[in-house]
Amino acid sequence: MEKKFVIAILVENQPSVLTRVSGMFTRRAFNIDSLTVGETEDPNYSRITIYATGDDSTRKQVMKQLRKLYNVKEVKVMEHPKSVYRELALIKLKNDPQTRQEVLSAVDIFRSKIVDFSPSTLCVEITGESSKIEAFIALVKPLGILEMCRTGIVALERGSEFLNSDTCVK
Amino acid sequence: MILSGAEIVVETLIEQGTDVVFGYPGGQVIDLYDALYTRSDRIHHVLTAHEQGASHAADGYARISGKVGVVIATSGPGATNLVTGIATAYLDSIPLVAITGNVPNSLIGRDSFQEVDITGITLPITKHNFFVKSVDQLADTIREAFAIAKSGRPGPVLVDVPKDVQKAAFEYAAAAVMEKTPQRKAKDEKLQNAAEMIAASEKPYIYIGGGVVTAGVSEEIIALADMLDAPIGCTMMGLSAVPDDNPRFLGMEGMHGHYASSVGQDEADLIITIGARFSDRATGNVAKYARRAKILHMDTDGAELNKNVSVHMSIECDIQDALTRLLKLVKKQNHPEWMARIAELKAEEDKQLRDITPEDKLTPYALIKEVSKHTEPDTPVATDVGQHQMWTAQYYPFAKPRTFASSGGLGTMGYGLGAAIGAAYASGKKTVLFTGDGSFGMNLNELATLSANNVPVVIVLMNNGVLGMVRQWQTLFFDRHYSNTMLTDRKTDFMKLADAFGIAGYRISEKSELESVIAKAFAEEGPVLVECMIDKDEFVLPMLPPGGCIEDIIVKVEGE
Repeated sequence: MEKKFVIAILVENQPSVLTRVSGMFTRRAFNIDSLTVGETEDPNYSRITIYATGDDSTRKQVMKQLRKLYNVKEVKVMEHPKSVYRELALIKLKNDPQTRQEVLSAVDIFRSKIVDFSPSTLCVEITGESSKIEAFIALVKPLGILEMCRTGIVALERGSEFLNSDTCVK
Repeated sequence: MILSGAEIVVETLIEQGTDVVFGYPGGQVIDLYDALYTRSDRIHHVLTAHEQGASHAADGYARISGKVGVVIATSGPGATNLVTGIATAYLDSIPLVAITGNVPNSLIGRDSFQEVDITGITLPITKHNFFVKSVDQLADTIREAFAIAKSGRPGPVLVDVPKDVQKAAFEYAAAAVMEKTPQRKAKDEKLQNAAEMIAASEKPYIYIGGGVVTAGVSEEIIALADMLDAPIGCTMMGLSAVPDDNPRFLGMEGMHGHYASSVGQDEADLIITIGARFSDRATGNVAKYARRAKILHMDTDGAELNKNVSVHMSIECDIQDALTRLLKLVKKQNHPEWMARIAELKAEEDKQLRDITPEDKLTPYALIKEVSKHTEPDTPVATDVGQHQMWTAQYYPFAKPRTFASSGGLGTMGYGLGAAIGAAYASGKKTVLFTGDGSFGMNLNELATLSANNVPVVIVLMNNGVLGMVRQWQTLFFDRHYSNTMLTDRKTDFMKLADAFGIAGYRISEKSELESVIAKAFAEEGPVLVECMIDKDEFVLPMLPPGGCIEDIIVKVEGE
């Protein structure tokens, strides 16, 4: 059965590593729903978070193929609800006096914030789980989304589970 | 000692145990070739006619010697010409280090003359690749490339060295030969479970692949088969691991496998798979593959477990270690009924073979058997790809591990001649190449390399005037629409071709000439080309149609 899953990949912070990781997905016909990457507490390592879809055997195959990549140091599934998932979106909406109040209420209810305001547009920053962001988008879509940008999911396990350079098996 | 980057490359190759390299010079590797020139007493460079030939030669060298093969090419087209050779090595898990030159760092990314992003191009066909940005990383990068190439499941590694790095000077101190990184050992509990699974089996079948050749565990495999009273089948890549004359050995299974080997596998209740990866050519229709059997799968590469087929038990392991331990856990078994059934299948197979190989006809079977009378157990045998390859895989009596060089996974036509050159250098022995007129036409330029270096390769060219394997499919599955598979219009005179390259040439047109001509060819000291005329409608049989299962096996086709 197809399921969504989130995996965290600790990689060497070097050029071409992102290509190697994303290229593996393309080559083996695995799908990526979202991908984020950034430096970790140790500048020698970056952390890639991939949100993907597939059945159990696909997930296992993805993990094994990732582990075979030379620059990949550790791969771990970030299981829900044992992990915190977050995504950030920036959404530019029409700043129309007729709908402004509706937008402001939505921003308030979703505990998001307005980060830019011009006579004709306003920009909302919203953070949360993807489902929250999607709910917000659904709500404001009829009001006229002009532009939108999502970061994709980042994830960390809760409690004393770590994925850092000290816990690498490789 | 302060050396130039180019000198560091060559010194590091020597330090890592390289005595022969194959390659082709060019603008961005002139420095490297200068360093080779001044070290020619310690490292021998073989100039090929084309970089592709060099890449196959390095691959053939690696398959026969068990060492890491090394190939050198210049930037741009030199590098892209390696691509097929690298992909061939990748699909068959062959340890290769490819060194390419590139334009200086200052010109990278500007579409400079003969600039190509070869690390980008080879990303999905190498175990790993490196672009060496500065000379201080050069020696260690090459060392790491060797370690990666030969560790675990072997494979090709490419190291791209820009020209300014080759020119820069840096301190060099020789280091030790890189050790293979240790592999994960099987857990005791897993092996215990495997032994229980084996104990419960009434019809065990041992199924080996190229991983067995890599791990060098032929003796352990035979010991296991004797212990379990089981037959041994193999993939094409597993050929040579078990001597052909071993009574338990059934040969290759799969699309063009031996009848007894394929049917035996289908009837088994346990398939003990070691170092094989269930390729589509080996399994046919996965849904109907091994329906009656449990599968125990042992492999070095954990990603191969449950990839192509779901198995009942999988063990990621150092094969040598796991087999040695498993042998201590299993008990002696006797399966007289099962072995009698195997004998029955073998008898049926012999009958089928007699049916398709009439004594008076110049068949591929007769040719291969005649050639094998002149070879030694350790004679390297290379092939190209197509019908001749399958006939060789079926009929040539491989006697010792690492005597077979053939492109299994990628199926690279044009692989053979380069590979045979590499095999001859690896073994220092007379080497046989079985090829066909189609494959041979792809890279016959390497005759120049044979000639220039007097490499003792006996080329056995099966000339049927067609692209036989495709023609066979066209006959069976495409209503005999022989689309673009006739080669007779080419009018190639292979005797004149051999002569043009300064190589002895012989032709066999009739069965009656077979014995004497093969004897003459093997009496030649240097390279020789033997052209043998084969009927264009000789088929590779048996055949499991693509996507078919064992019930679909074709054992005979009525001729036109």
